[in-house]
Amino acid sequence: MTFTETSLRPRAAGDAPPAIDLRGLHKSFGSVHAVDGIDLAVEPGEVVAFLGPNGAGKTTTIDLLLGLSVPDAGTVQVLGLDPTRAIAEGRVSAVMQTGGLLKDLTVGETVEVTASFFRSARSAAEVLGRAGIADIAGRKVGSCSGGQQQRLRFALALLPDPDLIVLDEPTTGMDVEGRREFWTALRADAARGRTILFATHYLDEADAYADRIVLVSHGRIVADGSAAQVKNLASGRLVSATLTDLTPADEAALRGLPGVQSVELRGDRLLVRTSDSDGVARLLLTSTTATDIEITARGLEDAFLALTSATAGSPS
Amino acid sequence: MTTTETATTATAARGTAQRPTAAPDRTPRTGLLNGRFLAVELRRLLRNRRTVIFTLVMPPVFFLIFGANAGYRHQSVGHGNVTAFIMVSMALYGAMLATTGGGASVSVERAQGWTRQLRLTPLRPATYVTTKVLVAMVLGLAAVVVVGAVGLAEGATGQGGALVWSLLLAWVGSVVFAAFGLFMGYLLPAENVMQILGPVLALLAFAGGLFVPLGDGVFAQIAKAVPTYGVAQIVRAPLTGESVTGWAVLNVVGWAVVFGLGAAWRFRRDTARV
Repeated sequence: MTFTETSLRPRAAGDAPPAIDLRGLHKSFGSVHAVDGIDLAVEPGEVVAFLGPNGAGKTTTIDLLLGLSVPDAGTVQVLGLDPTRAIAEGRVSAVMQTGGLLKDLTVGETVEVTASFFRSARSAAEVLGRAGIADIAGRKVGSCSGGQQQRLRFALALLPDPDLIVLDEPTTGMDVEGRREFWTALRADAARGRTILFATHYLDEADAYADRIVLVSHGRIVADGSAAQVKNLASGRLVSATLTDLTPADEAALRGLPGVQSVELRGDRLLVRTSDSDGVARLLLTSTTATDIEITARGLEDAFLALTSATAGSPS
Repeated sequence: MTTTETATTATAARGTAQRPTAAPDRTPRTGLLNGRFLAVELRRLLRNRRTVIFTLVMPPVFFLIFGANAGYRHQSVGHGNVTAFIMVSMALYGAMLATTGGGASVSVERAQGWTRQLRLTPLRPATYVTTKVLVAMVLGLAAVVVVGAVGLAEGATGQGGALVWSLLLAWVGSVVFAAFGLFMGYLLPAENVMQILGPVLALLAFAGGLFVPLGDGVFAQIAKAVPTYGVAQIVRAPLTGESVTGWAVLNVVGWAVVFGLGAAWRFRRDTARV
């Protein structure tokens, strides 16, 4: 089910190195393979969603990408550099999920002190404005809402004018309005040509804000393509029917139908995911003992679940 | 405008939009100290009223409890009176409180994820630790000055140079406890690390003979191994005129090495890439 039509923009010959170049990444914690063989190249200017359920390995991959941890195997290059070098030069910055702010500092002081860590940084007024929080510069971080704190983290990430910004589930815990404002600020920034990679488990965020969606599950990339391609995956339907015995021949016939993505038997309920529900229904009614046939449209969530759970343990 | 439209126009615009061409100077900063960072850290210290008041009020109060006996003014310890002797002891206690607290404040910043955030910037970890120690030493100096002022007002006298030397040594010697604070701050995950360290420091002060004389019993023997013992002996030496024993020097150097290595070990662990 993996498809790879990764590059949305043709890469000019002799151009800059990839913004992100991960090869054969592996990282285990004890017996848990948090990252189990990830290869990913992101070209400059792409806005990539790193999409997957909790525990898929997104945060571990981001830690490796930022040089906060080292892989057991594989290589990480950020803008052609070692990640720690890229951080030291301010070429990459990150917005982490939670924490990372001192509650007793004001918003303005946090920006001011972080700016001082760089040899040259954008002005505090500029980054606060771009993050949409210029009006709360004097407020204590501790009394800011979750959304305001997240936009402060974003403002901090803008300070070195990085080529790449990495965001780890940036809208976790925000209300709908906060999420919308955050993405508006980010999207406006992306329009300037910066490379952005964000992790999320919200499919609608990936769909609305990314040019490219990389689906991860169990430490692997299970799908990688444009938002439109992922949407296509979700355009199919779910055909379910009661079937007491599914013979191997029936199953093979179902799988052989055009458009069928998966065939699954849960108890005596058969579930077929397909882009051609008519064909499946016809086959079920004519050549099997299936009864109680139901056809339902699949949402994005269902496609997401299908992709991220189908690969559990079965190498694709 | 709906979000989808925003996304589409943004994508379209990105093909033509150019990043600003003026390339920023990306070489990481050199130099151990960062004035802006130091200034903000000092501002944070002043804002932390509870710590400041505790550190500046406790030692003079203890001094008044243990040292405000009129009779002490007329008893000599060598180059000063007993009041002065108790004053420099309490100055050391105040400086210890300040530097331990300053070092231990890394635990709170670790808990808040600030140290992790700093790792995503070019800030050198050495700059962070040095700044924390410097700020702790500033508060330590304030504690020494306050105890000195209260002590002089209460009749502490001695040869001018002896008093100044003792107070200065109390301040400088407290750097050992900055290392202790850092070590504990990296070791203890608790946000309320000072609630643990406060009583520990009081105990160390008692056991090392800062609050009451050690006498000649078994406690005096135990005291020789306590981290406050050596510093106290050295701090009092100008005032008593006694020469500093090798044991006192060994005590200070030994504990400085233990705390320094401990802090370095935990610090490396904290900033290691795992």
